[in-house]
Amino acid sequence: MQPERRTYAFAVTECMAALEASRKSDTSILNSLAFRGVVYQVLLASGVILLGWYLYHNAHLNLERQGIATGFDFIGERAGFSIGESLIPFDSAQSYGRALLVGILNTLYVAAFGVVLATILGVTMGIARVSSNWLISKLASGYVEACRNVPVVLHVIFWASVIRALPPPREALNPFDGVFITNRGVIYPLPVENAIYPWMGLALLVGIAGAVLFARWAGRRRELTGRNVSTFWPGLGIILGLPLLVWLAGGAPLEWSVPALRGFNFQGGTSLTPEFVGLLVGITVYTGAFIAEIVRAGIQSVPHGQVEAARAVGLRPGLVMRLVILPQALRVIVPPTTSQYLSLTKNSSLGVLIGYPDLVNVGNTTLNQTGQALEAISIMMAVYLMISLSISIFMNFYNRLVAIRER
Amino acid sequence: MERRIGLVAAMAWAREKLFSTPANAALTVGSLALLYWCVPPALDWMIFSADFAGESRADCTGEGACWVFVKARLGQFLYGFYPEGERWRVDLAFALLVAACLPLAWPRFPAKGKIAALLLLAYPPVAILLFHGGAGLAVVETARWGGLFLTLVIAGVGIVASFPIGVALALGRRSPLPVVKALCVAFIELVRGVPLITVLFMASVMLPLFLPEGVSFDKLLRALVGIALFYAAYMAEVVRGGLQAVPRTQYEAAESLGYGYWQTMRLVVLPQALRHVIPGIVGIFIALFKDTTLVLIIGLFDLLGIVQAAVSDPQWIGYNVEGYVFAGLGFWIFCFALSRFSQFLEGRLAHTGRRARRTTKERQMATLDAPLQVD
Repeated sequence: MQPERRTYAFAVTECMAALEASRKSDTSILNSLAFRGVVYQVLLASGVILLGWYLYHNAHLNLERQGIATGFDFIGERAGFSIGESLIPFDSAQSYGRALLVGILNTLYVAAFGVVLATILGVTMGIARVSSNWLISKLASGYVEACRNVPVVLHVIFWASVIRALPPPREALNPFDGVFITNRGVIYPLPVENAIYPWMGLALLVGIAGAVLFARWAGRRRELTGRNVSTFWPGLGIILGLPLLVWLAGGAPLEWSVPALRGFNFQGGTSLTPEFVGLLVGITVYTGAFIAEIVRAGIQSVPHGQVEAARAVGLRPGLVMRLVILPQALRVIVPPTTSQYLSLTKNSSLGVLIGYPDLVNVGNTTLNQTGQALEAISIMMAVYLMISLSISIFMNFYNRLVAIRER
Repeated sequence: MERRIGLVAAMAWAREKLFSTPANAALTVGSLALLYWCVPPALDWMIFSADFAGESRADCTGEGACWVFVKARLGQFLYGFYPEGERWRVDLAFALLVAACLPLAWPRFPAKGKIAALLLLAYPPVAILLFHGGAGLAVVETARWGGLFLTLVIAGVGIVASFPIGVALALGRRSPLPVVKALCVAFIELVRGVPLITVLFMASVMLPLFLPEGVSFDKLLRALVGIALFYAAYMAEVVRGGLQAVPRTQYEAAESLGYGYWQTMRLVVLPQALRHVIPGIVGIFIALFKDTTLVLIIGLFDLLGIVQAAVSDPQWIGYNVEGYVFAGLGFWIFCFALSRFSQFLEGRLAHTGRRARRTTKERQMATLDAPLQVD
């Protein structure tokens, strides 16, 4: 009766064999598990197919009566609405397809920022919770308990309203020179485009590759000779030094577009919109609390004997953390963190509440304008499914890297 | 003398827990500064400068929070647009529920199973009658339900409905029948890959398209179906974890007793599997409770929805922080209580687990000793 051992291949041949067997012996075919299994599955499958057909039939009739054309033709039509912020150029004369693409990019944009910031916040707070400093650990657990027991919808709405309550541009908060925090978003300076910058980016990539190679060489040397080569400072030097050299070689161009108040608004620099900041802060603060709990549980899952053993072989506290605790804790941390990243990405759909033009927002506008409910919702669901699948595939790959390598 | 010992102990504690290293001391001082900068103004705003007395906006002095706003709207925040004369029905239904649940929370109350079964079978019709009306009571349309009442209705129905569906999906996912398994895996993975918002949109916009002409569902009911099915998929994954933790020998033992599939599951596997994952199940309940707020997107006024509607009332403009703090506290109390309950259960289960293991060991010891005693 146990599932693992009941390896009946419910094929027709099996069923025939069961029929044959039942004819030979006196037992009824109704007592054969194989036969019953086939019957149950045929019943279930036909039930699902019938239900699907019934729903399709209803939808077809309803759409016909309401005069809504089915299909994805609307994607090529003129959208006729504008979008507040966009990573690619968009205006209302362009198609619904392009509008949806803008929405997808906005979703990915806020989710990418959110994942990075929530990880930083969560890891900091998780380590703070296991800190030997009483005050720090209490503050961190206060943050976790306060934030994870409140709906994420409320987080998003609350932070959006906090940003709307900030002073207007004329009385902007000015924490650093050139950075302004207003109810129209965060405005900060940006270097003026220069031909040398792409080369600096390339140099940075080369530097990172060089640092990785250097670290590998150092590791091999340590294995061979037992001599330790410090990798941190030389690595940092290569990563930062190469772009710096390129910059100096290019004549050290340094021109900033600094925002300045002109009339009622700022000119120059670049800005993050209030909707973006509200959504980002909301989902980051919420997910950070969950990641903090995961990190704490991960660190606490490493037996204390490991720490003592590491100290006994003479490792410094930083090395104990890096070489002994973290590799073991990561095995516990990575799988649940993956699902937090997934839920953060899905929670970015709450942008629709505060007017951030993410996929759900644009999809909803499209739905309302065209009446193509089936198609619009299918597109939204398909895109989220693909994003979720990609994140889980990547995190499963990372999980394999950190998992125990069993012999 | 004793005071001095206390002082010395406190100093030693502070030295160890707050100022053990220069870095720690800096962190402590930094956090104290942060607390000094945040806590007094927050307390001042919330309590000392806040306005509690009064009836209308004119009573807000504007120095701190104006809780008069919450006080004036409390009826709406709790019951939505439920007619004031009929609100006793809601109170009565919740009082009945609490009264029926008290014996269940009592550790050694007799006939718990029967009470629970009675509650599950008899309570829903009574509650529907009281909430919706009929049979002599005035009918209150679900469109007028709202506030904390609606939040609790959605959370309660969602929890009670998603649990059995989730268990069925989990059993289906581990079924040896390939068609059943494929259907369950497809449903679970599809639902877990999309946000609840899209499922709610589907329930509110797409579902009417799939129904025959003239048949229409209540909006609340559609949202409930969406939420229950959505969370059933998450529940299924938690339950599956529990099923995987039941050792193979348990299935074999059940088989050797001649149990069929359903008997094995009902009497042997599920009781053990579900006990393993009670904390996970409560975690899903908490998530479901928080996500009930999403129904405000499809135009239902749950606690947060009604607060949002109230803060955009022109008569009370500018008091949104008070409203959000109130709603946040409401959700926080329920979720915090649930999470503490989960921790309590976790502790108790760990304890029973230990005890069970010890008795097995004792039994082994006894069998080892037995031949000696016989000889």
